[in-house]
This record gives sequence, structure tokens and C-alpha cells, in this order.
Amino acid sequence: MATVADRIYLRRRIVNVISLVLSGAATLFGLFWLVWILWTTVTKGIDAFGLHLFTQMTPPPGEVSGGLANALFGSLMMCLLAVLMATPIGIAAGTYLAEYANHRKIGETIRFINDILLSAPSIVLGLFVYTLVVEPLGGFSGWSGAIALGFIVLPVVVRTTDEMLRLVPGTMREAALSLGVPQWKVNIQVLYKAALPGIVTGVLLALARISGETAPLLFTALNNQYWNADLTQPMASVPVVIFQFAMSPYEYWNSLAWAGAFIVTIFVLLISLSARAILLRNKMAND
Amino acid sequence: MSVASNTLAMEVDDRASKDGRNDRMFRWAVTAAGFFVLLTLLAAGLSMFWGGREAFQTFGFGFLTSTDWDPVQQKFGALVPIYGTVVTAAIAMLIAVPISFGIALFLTEVSPTWMRTPIGAAIELLAGIPSIIYGMWGLFVLVPYLGEHVFPWLDENVGPLPIIGKLFQGPPLGIGMLTAGLVLAIMVIPFISSVMREVFLTVPTRLKESAYALGSTTTEVVWHIVLPYTRSAVIGGIFLGLGRALGETMAVTFVLGNAHFLTTSLLEPGNSIAATIANEFTEADSPLYLSSLIALGFLLFVVTFIVLSIAKFMLMGLKRREGN
Repeated sequence: MATVADRIYLRRRIVNVISLVLSGAATLFGLFWLVWILWTTVTKGIDAFGLHLFTQMTPPPGEVSGGLANALFGSLMMCLLAVLMATPIGIAAGTYLAEYANHRKIGETIRFINDILLSAPSIVLGLFVYTLVVEPLGGFSGWSGAIALGFIVLPVVVRTTDEMLRLVPGTMREAALSLGVPQWKVNIQVLYKAALPGIVTGVLLALARISGETAPLLFTALNNQYWNADLTQPMASVPVVIFQFAMSPYEYWNSLAWAGAFIVTIFVLLISLSARAILLRNKMAND
Repeated sequence: MSVASNTLAMEVDDRASKDGRNDRMFRWAVTAAGFFVLLTLLAAGLSMFWGGREAFQTFGFGFLTSTDWDPVQQKFGALVPIYGTVVTAAIAMLIAVPISFGIALFLTEVSPTWMRTPIGAAIELLAGIPSIIYGMWGLFVLVPYLGEHVFPWLDENVGPLPIIGKLFQGPPLGIGMLTAGLVLAIMVIPFISSVMREVFLTVPTRLKESAYALGSTTTEVVWHIVLPYTRSAVIGGIFLGLGRALGETMAVTFVLGNAHFLTTSLLEPGNSIAATIANEFTEADSPLYLSSLIALGFLLFVVTFIVLSIAKFMLMGLKRREGN
């Protein structure tokens, strides 16, 4: 006959097994959506894929030919500009946090604010740039789109620079300073060199993040049906074109949207994978 | 940088003072960049408050409690979008929190070691997919599926129940708050689970091993040792996910239906703050309309600021203890 202790023991083991099985089920649940979403994007994207995407402009409604050339170009321009504008400021701010304001109240405050910026809804940053740039200048433009994306890049770069610089051993700073090297040279020639792989990773991750951003571009760069290299004019971008085309009733537009989604997803995944690879290689080289 | 431009003056100066000047300039430049970050958030809040002032002045406090949204008569109220934002985020958290906890538990205690890195990376891959892809997938794949198979079943079987039945009555459109909540849940799972996984790993091994030595099962160790030890950080991770869910735009815009009326049913289309702004901003033809949309953005900004601040404070608690 089972004693009370046996029964309690049995119940505890059953509870344990059930919750461990549930945890496995939760993991499968998460992976299930990943597979489903990627599968849909890849199959529908490949169906609509072709060289014409890169050579032809976005078509007017109802037409059954055309590509995404102007949108791809616009996305490329705005993303590159955003990274070029935000990276120097971000690295400088990260340097301030790690080298000048570490363990100080002001440093903690800026770090806190930066972390909030990092998770702030991107649509809010779009509205901010609208009131800051678009309204005063009187029109939508590629520049304002790039600025809006830049505000998304900025906190990512600040955070990674700050973290990577703080990982650099203090002995390196002391060694350089004791040789009489001025502090700014220590920063640029010693610390940045040591932290470079980490900072590059941060910039790549930021690039991956902005290349799929739609919300902040909707009311800064707007859209443009034609080829446009003039940054003072409204500019097309892949995510905004996807949004417009996917919501439309035209079948060809929908398939172009899937092709755009495929290109963006592959691009984003490749960039984040290479960012991880850089970090991993650096880690192994240091170990 | 300025070394070349001032060669003449530099020849007179001795090297130390040159270095000192460069140091000061470098320090000044990086400090300015640091404060630029601080100013960005401040300016974002102020500019949106400024942009929304006309709406706040015209409607006063009623802006928050009115369900009107009528561009023709120029009457705007934020209650419907606020309600939609809160409901979709709540559904998302109801689904995402237990799932994320399960994933974190699986990846820290249950799965064989060799599986942990690839599965963890795969879950984090979900966070890398742009939100517009979620939206498109939701609209073209999930919505038809839910509309054909899940919504009719819910309407038939859960709909007649008392109290909660009201939530699940409605047409089988497939779009609506429930769909939006589900898509949001999938999007925030990687964020919450990666925070939980990280903080679970901070629990000292000797604490867990002591519990195991006393005969605890894995579940008991997690409930009685790991969770109490990491409680504040786990809540911080949940708030981080909540902040994401509240402000998510594109995914929700696709599957929510952009309908401006209040409904108890989760199966009917609704609206959220972010979706309203995304859908209507470029159509806003009057200053008051535009101002109301920016005022909505300001509300979203304030709410996410508060939620994310709570998240940060909760996560900081763990860091401090780790340092001791």
C-alpha cells in the first residue's frame, strides 16, 4: 500500500513532468510561428522574384509589369545616410558614457534615456521628425526620412559603443596614459581599435533594424512612384511600397509586395548573421 | 583633427598645452554628443505636445474620454484608439508571458545543452524580422485561416457562454483585436523570453544545487528559487515587451481593420493609437485633424515612456544585486 509520502512524491513528479513538457511545448509554439512566417515569405517571395525587380520602376495601379528599382534605391540611400549621420554622434556619445561619465549621475541618466529611446515606438520618432523637419521645411523629403531612421540608429550605436568600451581592460588605458599619450589619442588609437568589432556589430544591427522600418518613413519620406535621387523630394522606400502594395486590391501589386518582403527579410537576416559572426570570431580570437 | 589647421600657433605652444587643448576639445565634443541623446527624447516629447496643443485646447480633457472620430464634423476623441491599444496589448501579454516563461525555462533547465544555442538563436531571429513582414503575413495568411476555422468555432462554442461569451461573438472576418493581439504576442515573445533567459542564468548555481540536494524537482527549483531570486527583472522583461506591444505599428495596422467604434467583441475590427496615426496621417486635411493625430502620438509617447521606465527600474534592481 502506498504511504502518504509516496503519494506526495508521485504528485510532485507528475507536476514536474507536466510543467517540463509544457515548457517544451511553449518552445515549439515559438518556433512554429518562425517557420511559418519565414516559409510564407520565402515561397511567395521566390514566386515573384526576378531581375525585373531591380531594373524597373514601381508600376501604377492596374499594370502587370514593373519592379522595385526606385524603392530599393530610396531605401539604400536613406539607410546609408541615416547610418552615416548617426554613427559618429552615437560613437561620441557612447565614448562620453563609458570614458567620461561612467559611475556619474549624468552618465546614468543619459544611459537610462538612451535605453528608452532604444525601445521607443518608431512611429513616435517619425512624428517627432515630422514636427521637427517636415513641417518647418514645408514638405516630405528623403532627408527627413533619413533623419527619422538616424534617430533609430543612434541609440543602438550609443549602447554598443558604451558597452564595448567598458569591456576594454583598464590596464590598456593606463599603459597608454603612462607613456604620455593624451587622452583623446588613447580613445581614438587604443580604445576604438580594441572595441572596433563590437562597434561594427552595433552599426550592422542598427542597419538591419532600419532597413525594415516603415512607420517613421510614412510621414517623413512619404513615397514616390518615380525614380528620384533628389533628397529634397519625397522618396520611395521598400517598406512603404510593401505597405501600399500589400493593402491594395491589385494582384500584381500584392506579388511585388511579397517580392519586396522577401528581399528585405533576406537582407535583414544576412546582416544580423554577419554581425553575430563578427562578434563570435572576435570572441574566439580573444579567448 | 584640427592639428593641421593651426600649425603656426602650435609651433609656439609647447606640446603639453597642445595636448591639453585637444583633450578639452575632444571632451567637449563627446559631452555634446552625450547631451544630444538626452535632448532628443526631451525634444521628441515637447515637439509632440506642441504639435498636439490645438487638439488639447479644443477638446480639453474630453479628448481622452470621447469616442468621436469624425473628420467631417471636426470632432476627435482618443478613447477608441486607446481602448484598442490597451486590449490588443493585454491579449498579447496574456499569450506571450506564459509562452516566454516556458521558453526561458526550457532553454535554461530542460533542454540538452547542445540544443540551447541554436534554439535560442532561432527564437531571437523572430525579433529580427521586420514588423511589416508580420503585418503582411498576418493579413494574407493568418487572417484567412482564423476567419475560416477559428473565429466561427469561437463564435459558436464560446460565444453563448455567460460573461466571457460577449468577448467572442462576432462575424468571422478574421481581422480584429484577437488577431492583432496574437500577432503582437508572436512579436514580443523573443524580447520577453530573451530577458527571462538571461536573468535566469544569473541565479547562483549553488542556490539551485542546494535545492536539488534537498530533493526538489526542477519545477520546484524554478518556482521557489529561480523566480523569487529574479522576480523584479522578470517583471522588467515583461514591461519591456509591453512597451513594444503598445507602440507596435505596422503589424497591427494590417490586421486590426481601422474601424472607429467601441466594441466588446474581440472578433470585431478596432483601432489602436499607432494604427490610427499610420493610416490617417497623410489623409489629415485640416490642422485640427493633424493636431489630434499628433496628440495621439504624444499620448503613446507618455504611456510607453512610463512603461519602459518601470521596465528599466525593475531590471536595474537585479544588476545592483549582481554587483554586490
